[in-house]
Amino acid sequence: MAIATTATSATTAATAATATFSIWRGDAQTGQLVDYTTAVGEGMVVLDAVHNIQAEEAPDLACRWNCKAGKCGSCSAEINGVPRLLCMTRLDTLPLDKPVTIEPLKAFPLLKDLITNVNWNYEVKKRIKKFNPRPPDATDGTWRMQQKDVDRVQEFRKCIECFLCQDVCHVLREHHLHDEFIGPRYLVYAASLEMNPLDTEDRLKDLKDNHGIGFCNITKCCTTVCPEDIKITDNAIIPLKERVVDEFYDPLTKLVRLFRPRKK
Amino acid sequence: MAENQSQYQTFEHDVLVIGAGGAGLRAAIEASSPGVSVGLICKSLLGKAHTVMAEGGVAAARGNVDERDNWQVHFSDTMRGGQYVNNWRMAELHAREAPARVCELEAWGAVFDRTADGRILQRNFGGHKYPRLAHVGDRTGLELIRTLQDHGIHQGIEVYMEVTVVTLLRDVGSGGRVVGALAYDRERGRFRVYQAKAIVLATGGVGRAYKITSNSWEGTGDGHGLAYHAGAELIDMEFIQFHPTGMVYPPSVRGILVTEGVRGEGGVLKNNEGRRFMFDDIPANYKDQTADTPEEGWRYTQGDREARRPPELLTRDHVARCIVREIKAGRGSEHGGVYLDIAWIKEKLPNATDHIKRKLPSMYHQFKQLAGVDITQQAMEVGPTTHYIMGGIRVDADTQESTVPGLFAAGECAAGINGANRLGGNSLSDLLVFGQRAGHYAAKFAQANSAGKINGDEVDEAARQALEPFERTGENPYQIQHDLQNMMQDLVGIVRREDEMQQALEGLEKLCQRAGQCGVTGHREFNPGWHTALDLKNLLTISEAITRSALERKESRGAQFRDDYPAKDAEYSKFNFVNWKDREGNMQTRREPLAPMPNELKKIIEELD
Repeated sequence: MAIATTATSATTAATAATATFSIWRGDAQTGQLVDYTTAVGEGMVVLDAVHNIQAEEAPDLACRWNCKAGKCGSCSAEINGVPRLLCMTRLDTLPLDKPVTIEPLKAFPLLKDLITNVNWNYEVKKRIKKFNPRPPDATDGTWRMQQKDVDRVQEFRKCIECFLCQDVCHVLREHHLHDEFIGPRYLVYAASLEMNPLDTEDRLKDLKDNHGIGFCNITKCCTTVCPEDIKITDNAIIPLKERVVDEFYDPLTKLVRLFRPRKK
Repeated sequence: MAENQSQYQTFEHDVLVIGAGGAGLRAAIEASSPGVSVGLICKSLLGKAHTVMAEGGVAAARGNVDERDNWQVHFSDTMRGGQYVNNWRMAELHAREAPARVCELEAWGAVFDRTADGRILQRNFGGHKYPRLAHVGDRTGLELIRTLQDHGIHQGIEVYMEVTVVTLLRDVGSGGRVVGALAYDRERGRFRVYQAKAIVLATGGVGRAYKITSNSWEGTGDGHGLAYHAGAELIDMEFIQFHPTGMVYPPSVRGILVTEGVRGEGGVLKNNEGRRFMFDDIPANYKDQTADTPEEGWRYTQGDREARRPPELLTRDHVARCIVREIKAGRGSEHGGVYLDIAWIKEKLPNATDHIKRKLPSMYHQFKQLAGVDITQQAMEVGPTTHYIMGGIRVDADTQESTVPGLFAAGECAAGINGANRLGGNSLSDLLVFGQRAGHYAAKFAQANSAGKINGDEVDEAARQALEPFERTGENPYQIQHDLQNMMQDLVGIVRREDEMQQALEGLEKLCQRAGQCGVTGHREFNPGWHTALDLKNLLTISEAITRSALERKESRGAQFRDDYPAKDAEYSKFNFVNWKDREGNMQTRREPLAPMPNELKKIIEELD
């Protein structure tokens, strides 16, 4: 990020105080990119430009946003073809000598302009077995956990559910396997539950049979676009894959289980 | 239901919760139980509500870090912070019940930072005597809302995402209780009628009435406005919290919150002369609790139990005013704020850079990405930002029921617990404690009452009015909202005066007329222009309530600072100001005497003072 800033800031500062944005306008049936030109100033992010355009030219331009600080994950879109948060993409990191394209996410059905129907994600989450803690450790109903034992889970819990990882994942984006694969976001969610020191639930069979963990072939596209810098592939998906392999495909484990059936 | 409503999509629930931030989710979870059907309406997608922006922590006297802490100290801190015009019963319930509500979150999957012995870690915050804020770095709000969301989706709650309520519907025949709500779905712009036996409002705040705010577009005072127009009373509306530390530069990020946790971790405020100006003005009632030297203040932030808190951790109202004073005196930073420096702690800690990144990860990220500032190396520029409204719907302390039967409120849109100023961290605990109570009593109300009767003509009329902007060619609603924000910022902001506020009242009348003439283009499907036009009604109503109450309170107390009445006046400690709508539709304001505090609570305050 810092490198990009230095590389382009000189050109953007020198150019005029306006920029053009090619924004997708339309719905599921029809639409096209429409050019809007608006004033740009120091420190502006793409979402600021969208707001200017709404206030000046296109009040009916549909766009989700809330916190404007990278904490809620509402303003996900594709900027110059890359899935990003509108509120965290500074204009001085983009070349402004040509129009900046802003398009909706591609992995979900388009509703209008920059808005897609992301309800599928909410349905997926319901299918993952909920947190199920062990009985409290202390008589006052509380638990004891060391910080080093929760660091790993806290990384996953930083997720702001922007669904950029779902958008970029080719299993969903290109192959549309929404019925068979829960996507990186929910593998991270499953990992946050599986690796919670208090949790007693077992989600491995679901991950293998119902959540399609095998579809992920570790291209790490999800990690690249994560605005929270969660190491999705390395820290969540690969360890889950390993657990699934240990559980279901390890010949030694299988042998042992022949004699000592797994407790449930 | 009447015939003419067949044109609307209709939904029926025992309890309808409007707003899906922390308070709404907690209320919905509590209300949902076998035999009680719960609907939860959110204006955005689920899990995006403004609660995610809460950073520093949730206040609960668990005593994990300092065992001297208990509910009595928390109660006393809250009352002192609120300048004793709080609803003492709410402050008591809040302090007593917050520890259990936080523990419950852990049972639902929240993963708080830990103490060395494995318990929930608690940090220092302004106005709290002991380390009291359970936290997860500086993203506690996200942890809280995600935990409630992930637990809530398995409770059988029906969630309606991206739906906005236009008006509450009342059964005029049965004591005026609420019986439902008219809403529209943002996606298609179609009207919906929700029938409910009880309604919980949990819509948050009204920061969008101001130009510089930490609030998202959603903070348009919907619950305040809906309740007021349905006949409920508003209380304490003059008290708006201007958080002392919002970002000030670059312009596009102005107002975004910088957590008080920065100061809790040892961050200091400095003017352009490098002076720690907070030592220059320490209020008499906090003198005994405040450090005499920077050294003592640092020791406090590092957990020295004998040390007293640094003046940066005085209450938010006071810190904000000191910052304004420095800026006005020409001692501000280059872009019109002051400096907040956490990088200096490298003089004290060997691994300061990593420590800052670990304790304040989102602040590091936010400044690095949006302002190009590395907070481990440089000072931040900060200034006050409209953050929270202490005022809101007047409710019964125990049940959270408003003055309208069947209408409950919780969280920021309800009022009473905070008095004239809210302590940081008391909002997340407020929404848990009173969200739970509102949900419980709303479900009870629903079980004791049958469905009311919705008046079809009322529904038709409200729907017709909501569509009027499409038939007009008047000005863009964004311009009206913009002008309102500028006016409130300039005339009813941190420092207030009689003549300016009178001017604001006149300005509001003109803005109301303009709002009645504004027009929108396009169609009803996800049309932000239309949404903004509809939001104006609540924004204008609430701005009027703020201004009227602020005019009436001719003194300075907590968040209300009057240039023309700079001193606190004991007379004004005896009542709160209440706004309500009279038969002609005009806003009235009256003094509501404070209920006498029971002796055992008085004793707690006296002993801890």
